[in-house]
Amino acid sequence: MDNSPKISIRNLNVSAGKTQILRNINIDIPKNKITVILGPSGCGKTTLLKCLNRLTDLYPELKVNGQIMIDDNNILAAKEDIYKLRQQMGLLSQRPYPLPMTIYNNIAYALKLRGIRNRRETHKLVMHYLQQANLWDEIRTRLREPASRLSIGQQQRLCLARGLAVNPEIILADEPTSALDPISSQFIEETFVRLKSEYTIVLVTHILRQAKRIADNVVFMYLGDVIEQGSVEEVFGNPKMEKTKLYLGGTFN
Amino acid sequence: MTRSQKIEEKFFKLLMILATYFILAILAVIIYSIFEKGFKSISWEMLTQVPHGGYYYGKSGGILNAILGSLALAFGATLLAFVIGMPVALYLNVFLIRHKKVISVIRFLLDLVWGIPSIVYGAFGFSLMIFFGLQTSLLAGILTVTLFILPIMIRSMDEILCTVPIGLQEAAYSLGSNKSEIAFKIFTRQSISGIITAVLLSFGRGIGDAAAVLFTAGYTDHLPNGLLEPVATLPLSIFFQLSSPVPEVQNRAYASALVLTLIILIVSLFSRGLGKRYHKTKINF
Repeated sequence: MDNSPKISIRNLNVSAGKTQILRNINIDIPKNKITVILGPSGCGKTTLLKCLNRLTDLYPELKVNGQIMIDDNNILAAKEDIYKLRQQMGLLSQRPYPLPMTIYNNIAYALKLRGIRNRRETHKLVMHYLQQANLWDEIRTRLREPASRLSIGQQQRLCLARGLAVNPEIILADEPTSALDPISSQFIEETFVRLKSEYTIVLVTHILRQAKRIADNVVFMYLGDVIEQGSVEEVFGNPKMEKTKLYLGGTFN
Repeated sequence: MTRSQKIEEKFFKLLMILATYFILAILAVIIYSIFEKGFKSISWEMLTQVPHGGYYYGKSGGILNAILGSLALAFGATLLAFVIGMPVALYLNVFLIRHKKVISVIRFLLDLVWGIPSIVYGAFGFSLMIFFGLQTSLLAGILTVTLFILPIMIRSMDEILCTVPIGLQEAAYSLGSNKSEIAFKIFTRQSISGIITAVLLSFGRGIGDAAAVLFTAGYTDHLPNGLLEPVATLPLSIFFQLSSPVPEVQNRAYASALVLTLIILIVSLFSRGLGKRYHKTKINF
């Protein structure tokens, strides 16, 4: 396995009008690891994540400068097919947003975008991804129901399955367990740990314990700056910066 | 709760109750008078025959020409306005997402033309007809009513489409959907019941308007007879019958109004049913 980072962010600046949201961000995200971006609310974690798959394009007020290399491709400069580029990444947001269609079609829609139209293959893959997201056994008889009838925890796992169905290399997760009950959260965390051999996972969270449980690498952010980054042992075991120590100690959040 | 909070709460509750029942009472009176007077003079003959003895002024014959004319005109115009309006509303909400200023200018203009009285559309349609050397016809009526209901159609769809949560859009984009897939697969599905309401609202305005069709669709005693022939419409038949000095003819106006009301009722019940059915099987919120 080569050691070059899957994603490397260089001098990334994001501003909205006069407010600077992200300041001079430099991060390397290694392949097949879980990198946790940790920090209090409003520190720019979500914006950072949205830069990675250029969802920032949806917000005209955001000005994005810098470089985000995924493999050897600077995606911020990419003039090429932005839609294909987004398929390299599966997104799991804070709240699940199932598409307004049946459970089955939520996955089939993603498969279709990937170019799979054959019915038998679709069938097989829908089952495969629902199993990967730990959902198949619960809903195998309900595939033709609207996805909104699922519980929130199930919806989030459906969204994960849907994200995996476009065959991404990277999973971006934005506080994916914040709306979930403990058992569903545990499901998601376990799934991430299981998936990391195949994917590069970037997880945004403000939950310290979650970071401790599943992170390989930690990036600590505060008010638009990266304060400290390194392996989980380094950052949690021996934080160098004052702000990191305070956050880990629970003095501010 | 303190004493003043309690009084405030009671006061506003009372205000809301009064306003609601006041409006309901007025509506009930209108509907009652249409039904009461309408049922007296409505007859099988009225529903199945064309007017006898000159344009609506006679006491015999019926309004079949106006019923069919209004239906053809309103369905035609609603369909056309939908075909033009839906893409406009989607364009505003999906493709112009990075151009908020352009969107607000377009919305402002649409709101402005929404407020223009329908007689102005009628006059505009009429001058276009003269320019092209056309005579009053179903086609001219459909085109004029389409123009008249387009702002209503677009803005009511727009209001629904702009409530599609940004999170859902992000989810769909992150899967690699392009903008037309977002528009036609996500926005339309998510907003289906609101879109049906927009269509219904436009249909109601289109079928109920007299001024836009006065110069453009014209009037006739005959059944609708092709796109290029004039057609009779219910609102105009009500207008003519009411302006007659003869009480029997005036009462026939209420029968026409009753028919118009029932058409709108049936269409709205039908589309609501359609929306609900679609809601249950395909759509979720």
